[in-house]
Amino acid sequence: MGKTLAEKILSLKSGLDAVAGRIVVAQVDLVFLQDGTGPLSIRQFEKEFKKVFDPQRVALFIDHASPSPRKELSGDHIFLRHFARKQDCRLYDVGEGVCHQLVAEELAGPGNVILGADSHTSTAGGLGAFACGMGSTDIAVALALGETWLRVPQSFKVELEGRLGKGVYTKDLALHLIGKIGADGATYKALEFGGDMASDMDISSRLTLANMCVETGAKAGLFPSDEVTREFLRSQGRENCFIPVSPDADAVYEHMIKVNVSKLEPTVSLPHAVDTASPIEEVKGMRVDQVCIGTCTNGRLPDLEVAATILKGRKCHPHTRLLITPASRRIFQEALGLGLLQIFMEAGAVILPPGCASCVGVHQGILGDGEVCLSTANRNFQGRMGNPSSFIYLGSPASAAAAAVKGEIADPREFL
Amino acid sequence: MLEGKAYRMADNISTDHIIPGRFFHLRSNLPELAKHVLEDADPNFKQKVKAGDFLVAGKNFGLGSSREHAALVLKLSGIGGILAHSVARIFYRNAINIGLPVVICDTHNVSHGDELHLDLRKGVVEDKTQGTTLSLSEVPQVMLDILACGGLLPYIKKYGRFNV
Repeated sequence: MGKTLAEKILSLKSGLDAVAGRIVVAQVDLVFLQDGTGPLSIRQFEKEFKKVFDPQRVALFIDHASPSPRKELSGDHIFLRHFARKQDCRLYDVGEGVCHQLVAEELAGPGNVILGADSHTSTAGGLGAFACGMGSTDIAVALALGETWLRVPQSFKVELEGRLGKGVYTKDLALHLIGKIGADGATYKALEFGGDMASDMDISSRLTLANMCVETGAKAGLFPSDEVTREFLRSQGRENCFIPVSPDADAVYEHMIKVNVSKLEPTVSLPHAVDTASPIEEVKGMRVDQVCIGTCTNGRLPDLEVAATILKGRKCHPHTRLLITPASRRIFQEALGLGLLQIFMEAGAVILPPGCASCVGVHQGILGDGEVCLSTANRNFQGRMGNPSSFIYLGSPASAAAAAVKGEIADPREFL
Repeated sequence: MLEGKAYRMADNISTDHIIPGRFFHLRSNLPELAKHVLEDADPNFKQKVKAGDFLVAGKNFGLGSSREHAALVLKLSGIGGILAHSVARIFYRNAINIGLPVVICDTHNVSHGDELHLDLRKGVVEDKTQGTTLSLSEVPQVMLDILACGGLLPYIKKYGRFNV
């Protein structure tokens, strides 16, 4: 019987016939943590263990509260830096970017098993890695042993056909899919993408889609690796990480989902749940106080380019703040080189340092009581951006830029 | 066997409800962090919850962030176990890893204050108030073993590695 991509990777990494439902112990290629979950991981680690299994396969990131807005968090950062020095493992410090983007740029490869102490670890599935978020104690044990237990997930096959229309992007597709599957519709499952449209997608789009899989409850989101993957890795000087990974033609899926993306409209999710995807038409005209473009979902160069197309020669609405956060230093520099940051500044935007910005509600744009935000992030739970009395809509970078100009939710196609 | 009273919660309680990001700076100070447990979902939770209570939730309990602090602050607040219609994946592992039992069963008919007896070995919850028995979804043996040890660290201390 053929295997899904998840079954193939977990068979490779467990040395067992990893069929869906079986519990396996898998070898791990990369374990990482960030400043929100890392200090607890390290405290747990230090109760039982002395050395990490392989310093080359461990990475720490300071991205969630970065630069630190509080002395308590500065203390956490010192703790992480000290651990990284003691264990001789990599630490990406303030300003280097969001962990998931840096993992994609520098560390992840197809066929890897990656564990991160962050729910959006699924992002690296865009490169064909089985990448899975876990909590601090699971990560502490993985840091020490270089392995973890996993129940091999059943997979949903998501077949993507057609071509996205003008003003419609992968983010709109992601929100649409989550609306269709539901916030718990794929709990414990893997989502595996295929179809002509998936093959045509660039890596930035694949990372966006894999990133948001966790919002359906999924354990992982996976793309096969192909020439697009190989070219991306080559551009990062890591072509040697490339291996072809793909599901067998006769793999067994629990569920098949077909989407003809040609029919999609610009889509937004409504407060306070991600699976409330609605055509933008239905919420057009809603006042927006703050617009955020960035995060591990949509802080990549193509996202900034789309926003710049809309913002060029235009100004933010006087009642609307626009915050833009490139997802990594490399993206920041590329955007600078292309003149995008100049366009943003002239439009009246605030450019924030690479990192998670206000997405987790710690700093850099906490919403006021009753305020409305349109964000390109992946979550809009009540209180997510630091205030339970505020309202978060999720949308594409184009929808976000359009809202910044109009001061209200607007169809980005008006500006393209 | 664990005994406790039902403390009812709604569907879709996220880790942002359990412990919001605005208390991020307290994550290395768990007793302070625990003062804010569930305050956005149920402002009086901290005052009303009693040691040993079972949190009885609807679907998709614990969705969202991987923050293990969410499970920890519930445990620190005295919660003896969690019954839910369904549980988000990371929260499920996190709770078991710190020795907090989480079980999946049909919670629709459990009322606030019901007297509950949880028997993990038999895989049942008895609702003594209603006189009903709820059967639990199967828990993987490795999770039962981790719970039996009191959490993942004591489990690894005992077995040296994953014993599956």
